[in-house]
Amino acid sequence: MNKRSHSIAFWAGVAVFLIAVLTMTQIVRNEYPFFAGYVILQFIALAVAWSILGGYAGYVNFGTNAFFGVGVYTAVALFKATGAPLMLQIAAGAVVGMTLGFGVGLLTLRMRGIFFSIATIALAIIIETFVMNWRFVGGAAGIQIQRPPVMAPFDSYVKMLFFVQALLAVTAVSIARYIQNSRIGRGLQALRDDELAAECTGVPTLKLKLVACMISGGLISAAGAPAAMYLQYADPSSAFNLSYSVSALAMALIGGTAHWIGPVLGAILLGSTQQLLAVTISSEVNVLVLGIMLVLFVVGAPKGIIGLLRPRYRLRAGGKP
Amino acid sequence: MTTVAAADTPLLQVGTLTKTFGGFTALDNISVDIKKGERFGLIGPNGSGKTTLINCISGALRPQVGSVVFCGEDITQLPPHLRARRGIARSFQIPRPFRSMTVLENLMVGLDFAAAGSAAAEEEIAMSILTRMGLAAKAGAPSDTLSQVELRKMELARAMAVRPKLLISDEAMAGLSSSEVDEVLDLLISLGEEDITIIMIEHIMQAVMRFSERVMCLDAGKIIALGVPAEVMANKRVQEAYLGT
Repeated sequence: MNKRSHSIAFWAGVAVFLIAVLTMTQIVRNEYPFFAGYVILQFIALAVAWSILGGYAGYVNFGTNAFFGVGVYTAVALFKATGAPLMLQIAAGAVVGMTLGFGVGLLTLRMRGIFFSIATIALAIIIETFVMNWRFVGGAAGIQIQRPPVMAPFDSYVKMLFFVQALLAVTAVSIARYIQNSRIGRGLQALRDDELAAECTGVPTLKLKLVACMISGGLISAAGAPAAMYLQYADPSSAFNLSYSVSALAMALIGGTAHWIGPVLGAILLGSTQQLLAVTISSEVNVLVLGIMLVLFVVGAPKGIIGLLRPRYRLRAGGKP
Repeated sequence: MTTVAAADTPLLQVGTLTKTFGGFTALDNISVDIKKGERFGLIGPNGSGKTTLINCISGALRPQVGSVVFCGEDITQLPPHLRARRGIARSFQIPRPFRSMTVLENLMVGLDFAAAGSAAAEEEIAMSILTRMGLAAKAGAPSDTLSQVELRKMELARAMAVRPKLLISDEAMAGLSSSEVDEVLDLLISLGEEDITIIMIEHIMQAVMRFSERVMCLDAGKIIALGVPAEVMANKRVQEAYLGT
């Protein structure tokens, strides 16, 4: 019954959050909070999605930027070709991201650890190069996007994007939470600890890894899909920027990957710090702060924020309690 | 294809199994039948192919030649997790616990994935296995805090959570004191009494003698003796293999 009351609390929290977001878009006049909030929500979605493969399954994906960029350019290509609405762009991004995730999942057949991570970096470079030479979406020079008129009840496009990104973050969190509490989560945890022992205990390791790659990839691409509309512009070197990979990974690790709340906390902490610094000092300081915080956490709290809060999660994350 | 074998067909039939690694022949034309309910000892000097043989049976390795038939079904090409679901469980020579989990959670993996059952019943089954193994008090303990003998027992307990028909124990007693060896051996013998067929790899001869109904000795990938324990121990080639000539 404990599990059930947890579920009720979770969904109530989700409802309150979404209502608060929606209310905020109706009341607040200034656009800046939405502009900044969008980025934080985007990082929540990215960090949570990353941790499904990188945290639960222990396959460290350095190719978040590949999935992100694929989401951006799926949306751009679809919008330019058909003028499809935002929701359709996001859905298409998710589907293409899942397909790419399936391919990455096949890599896990032969590669583990650092070799897998390097392969995912290579993947990002290959796809970026391809997009750079794709004239239809602007090639290396990038492409300007004309936003379509905003839909009711929103009075500005940025506010609508803020709400949409909130939905995507909630979707990512709900899926991560579901996986964590299900048989799939236990199976992923087992294969992260010892793949052969898991396989010999009945865990279909390949299938679970493919599922984790596809879900993680689909969610990252979906979170990236609205980015072109947000910036009204897309170019390969920003859409495939390695900083997405570093940020998603750092946020997940700083928050802790043993529980879905970890990446959420990490993304809120780092995301808002970055936004604050970008306004008060400069956007260049972001990277420095990210690096310093990562170093501090790796040394002082290797299992992240949730490891500090709950010793039990330190165990689940694979370390000594 | 029927999976229900007649009473007199062997539980496991290994047929002309050959496994090579590059130019090295680890298993050379191994054929052996293991009867239902049998306690089967597998011995041989280091590097003789014992672990390779059970890797081929459990699916961690695929042989180049030959077949593995379990309950009348050819499983030679099946991945390990499907073999586990059909009732083949193993422990590892060097314990491979799921380190981020508690002892109970380690068992839940097998119950979740290999042995179909309701979630509520699973925890009860896991606890009964742990009680059996003398690990009940450690159910909630993180598995990386266990002592060596507890780890060995947990390896067996986790294999039992697969609800196996065939349990393969790979040197479950290596590195244990003699009283601990007796403890683990008693456990294995009691498991054998409830219709679980057991293949035991072991270097400790008293344990093999006490446990096995039949013993097979491998040397350099070949079967050099197969029969009742006393007979195999008396075999001249077995003594040569172990003691040198």
